[in-house]
Amino acid sequence: MNDTSTLKPGHILGETGIWEMVIGLEIHAQISSKSKLFSGASASFGSEANRNVSLVDAAMPGMLPVINEFCVEQAVKTGLALNAKINNVSVFDRKNYFYADLPQGYQISQFTKPIVGEGEIIVDLDNGEQTTIGIERLHLEQDAGKSLHDQHPTKSYIDLNRTGVALMEIVSKPDIRSPQEAGAYVKKIRSILRYIGACDGNMEEGSLRADCNVSVRKSGKEFGTRCEIKNLNSIRFIIQAIQSEAERQVDILEEGGTIDQETRLFDTSTGETRSMRSKEDAHDYRYFPDPDLLPLEFTESWVQDIKEKLPELPDSLKKRLVKDFGITSYDASILVEEKDYVDFYQQAANGRDGKLTANWMITELFGALKKDNLSFSESPITSENLGELISLISNGTISGKIAKEVFSEMMKSKKSPYVIVKEKGLEQVSDDSEILELIDQVISDNQEKVNEYLSGKDKLFGFFVGQVMKLSQGKANPGVVNKLLKEKLK
Amino acid sequence: MSELLDLNLVEASEALKNKKISSLELTKAYLKSISDTSSLGAYLEIVEDKAISMAKESDKKLIDGTARPLEGIPIGIKDMFCTKDIKTTASSKILENFIPTYESTVTQNLWNDGAVILGKLSCDEFAMGSSNETAAKGNVINPWLKNKKMSPGGSSGGSAAAVAARSALAATGTDTGGSIRQPAAFCGITGLKPTYGRCSRWGIVAFSSSLDQAGPLTRTVSDAALMLNSMAGYDQKDSTSANLKMPDLMDYLDKGIKGKKIGIPKEYTQDGISEDIVKFYEKSIDWLKDEGAEIVPVSLPHTKYALPAYYIIAPAEASSNLARYDGVRYGARHEASSLDEMYELTRGNSFGDEVKRRIMIGTYVLSSGYYDAYYLKAQKVRRLIKEDFENVYKKVDYILTPSTPTTSFELGKKQDPLTMYLNDIFTVPASLAGLPGISLPVGLDNSGLPIGIQLIANSFDEPGLIRTARVLERSAGFNFIADGAAK
Repeated sequence: MNDTSTLKPGHILGETGIWEMVIGLEIHAQISSKSKLFSGASASFGSEANRNVSLVDAAMPGMLPVINEFCVEQAVKTGLALNAKINNVSVFDRKNYFYADLPQGYQISQFTKPIVGEGEIIVDLDNGEQTTIGIERLHLEQDAGKSLHDQHPTKSYIDLNRTGVALMEIVSKPDIRSPQEAGAYVKKIRSILRYIGACDGNMEEGSLRADCNVSVRKSGKEFGTRCEIKNLNSIRFIIQAIQSEAERQVDILEEGGTIDQETRLFDTSTGETRSMRSKEDAHDYRYFPDPDLLPLEFTESWVQDIKEKLPELPDSLKKRLVKDFGITSYDASILVEEKDYVDFYQQAANGRDGKLTANWMITELFGALKKDNLSFSESPITSENLGELISLISNGTISGKIAKEVFSEMMKSKKSPYVIVKEKGLEQVSDDSEILELIDQVISDNQEKVNEYLSGKDKLFGFFVGQVMKLSQGKANPGVVNKLLKEKLK
Repeated sequence: MSELLDLNLVEASEALKNKKISSLELTKAYLKSISDTSSLGAYLEIVEDKAISMAKESDKKLIDGTARPLEGIPIGIKDMFCTKDIKTTASSKILENFIPTYESTVTQNLWNDGAVILGKLSCDEFAMGSSNETAAKGNVINPWLKNKKMSPGGSSGGSAAAVAARSALAATGTDTGGSIRQPAAFCGITGLKPTYGRCSRWGIVAFSSSLDQAGPLTRTVSDAALMLNSMAGYDQKDSTSANLKMPDLMDYLDKGIKGKKIGIPKEYTQDGISEDIVKFYEKSIDWLKDEGAEIVPVSLPHTKYALPAYYIIAPAEASSNLARYDGVRYGARHEASSLDEMYELTRGNSFGDEVKRRIMIGTYVLSSGYYDAYYLKAQKVRRLIKEDFENVYKKVDYILTPSTPTTSFELGKKQDPLTMYLNDIFTVPASLAGLPGISLPVGLDNSGLPIGIQLIANSFDEPGLIRTARVLERSAGFNFIADGAAK
């Protein structure tokens, strides 16, 4: 009955049967804003330590926060893109705790009245299926600073550059059922954020991080006790951490144990999670409304203005690509994954063969970039040049085979395909008289085979085509060669 | 010298503009006063050089005809206001050596209008107290009945004592639950707490953000009007600052109160108020009636809950506001082997008892499990108190109450915290409602200590507050000078 070969992702086969994972994600997305959430200091990444710190960020006596309107707009934009309810009145609360990299002694966040309420997104899975994941809420909050414990034997160093940087915390409902779904969900959120420009989604720089809540249960039963894995900064780690945490929980439960609700960390070297603090040690954050800030209020018309200015989002864009360019739904879903891809594609395919462009981009370009270990933004081939290549193929200037040669040259030299074709004289020969000359030569060189063919050995036709192509160094238009050969050898 | 000290702010300003006196001689007279009355302990920091140079600058402007509203007027600043390059301690050991690199909006407004700084004035630690006894550097002595060492009140005790002792022509204060009005009453001077949002809180060391409000302590009502004209104003850097233009208060001084309705809340005349204060309260009612006001008995039914609500809300906010004094970036730090131990030693050694008490109360009332019963309930009470006032202001223009239940008390007579908290019983309701209030001296009790009466106006009706207070001031004719004042 428990056949592992039919085990679905997110299911774990234990001694007592199949366990199902229940996963909820809290994504922290740094808003792409020049300045911080409540101060004018720069929010840029990679500055020298403690350079981007205002008096407000350092929590000097008497300093007061002032909300950055741009960040509010980004949160509303994101809420709209997540098909979520926008709360026209929301409240900032103080989350109180002591830590050396938290100068105020509290983080300004939103607790009971977040700026964005419930929503949902459609997530594309690797098997081509789709699933809907609910959004619980989105709220605005400040980031903390950074503590460096390894710079000095007895002291810790503090860098406040990140202190006060604007974050959006996007909380999912516990709708996710497998690590792969969690990964796809993060990908989708990241893609949406990049489309609307609210967050650059850069996980390496920490602009996007996730806390994962994981529990296991037998199918159809009540949710189990969950553990929270903190601060995961890559999709790969999210998938690994959830899988390993769920397995750990199954092991405990099957041995008759119980799960302690606790916060855990993922150790990337062992691939396992370990306890960070238990529920008993959990902070009492003493949330209360921040008296330095008025409730955040905006009008419906302001929200409408933002809504009207929203760019086209992945889901509708995908549908449009299928319709306008005649490509498959699968290709379209790959292209809309990143805004950069789809922008590139639309430029390259504009007025050209959409299917051919998609093939060349997905198979050749993505493949070549992967082989050369280059990111998409580092591509030596521009959308303009890829488009030109498509045109050269479509109008018969070069054959598909020659195109591959031109493409490799484009990867190397960054030259336009037109220039490469010209320089190397790679234009396809379609002119009847030129090709007839080649045919005549092949016939006179292979008189014996011609006789065999004429006496009924039809298979030899391919041989003649090959010889003509070879003689033309691959430049002869194969269609024309075929037609003329047939006439000649009647 | 004496004639210079006799001039109140408005008179001194006139004399300066008419070039009868110079700012330099006026400022020097006050610097001498400060040294003559130093035993009162009102000043924590005296900035003589800066005072002299600002006075000289003012004299230039007075001569070339570009004088500003407060040109050349020497004033003292409560130590809660951050002053650039001048030590600002909030009377706390934890900020013992703190020198801000920035200037609070309110003090900057004063300097922009030509005022001259004399120094920083003592107060209760982080403005928490009603007797100035919680100040880290020790209490301030009330210049009245100087030899008996009476309390100047608090928390703006240094400000009130300095104005009463004539060692500052005016002073700034902050009022969270009565910290301007109560010490003004104890020291026989005028103290005005504006509407919440009238003065920017930017650069003022925060005690309780939803209640803190800066205001002037002065000799007269017109002095207060002139000071507040300069102190008030919208400030983008304070999100709770009101974007409203305040009319020139000097225009309202002599408008009278004929036909105005004065509310007398029955809840403010209960037991425990000293007889002399009741006597002067009744006299004040009569004076206003004589000036053509209509006296209307009113009720503010939730008044009795104001003090308990205040002592939940203010400590709750304080417990969070004071978390930043952690020894990490500035202020006192006690080295230790772990971060938690460093926090404990730094905060344990550097905060005084009253501050610690309020941090603990505040932490408790915000704790999960207690939040609803205390903090949330207190916020509901605050709303009801606000509504009480809103209802009353549908019927009357101003409310008249005593400022304090008793006159000043002797320092060092150890009072338990709860008795001390009762000092603010008449001032706290207006604070919770965010309303402007003024305390002015109307007489002396039988031991010779000043009695203050409070007027409360509707939100942003400082003009009305000023015109009514001016009438009461005239009728009372209080012209006594403290025995401990500079001569």
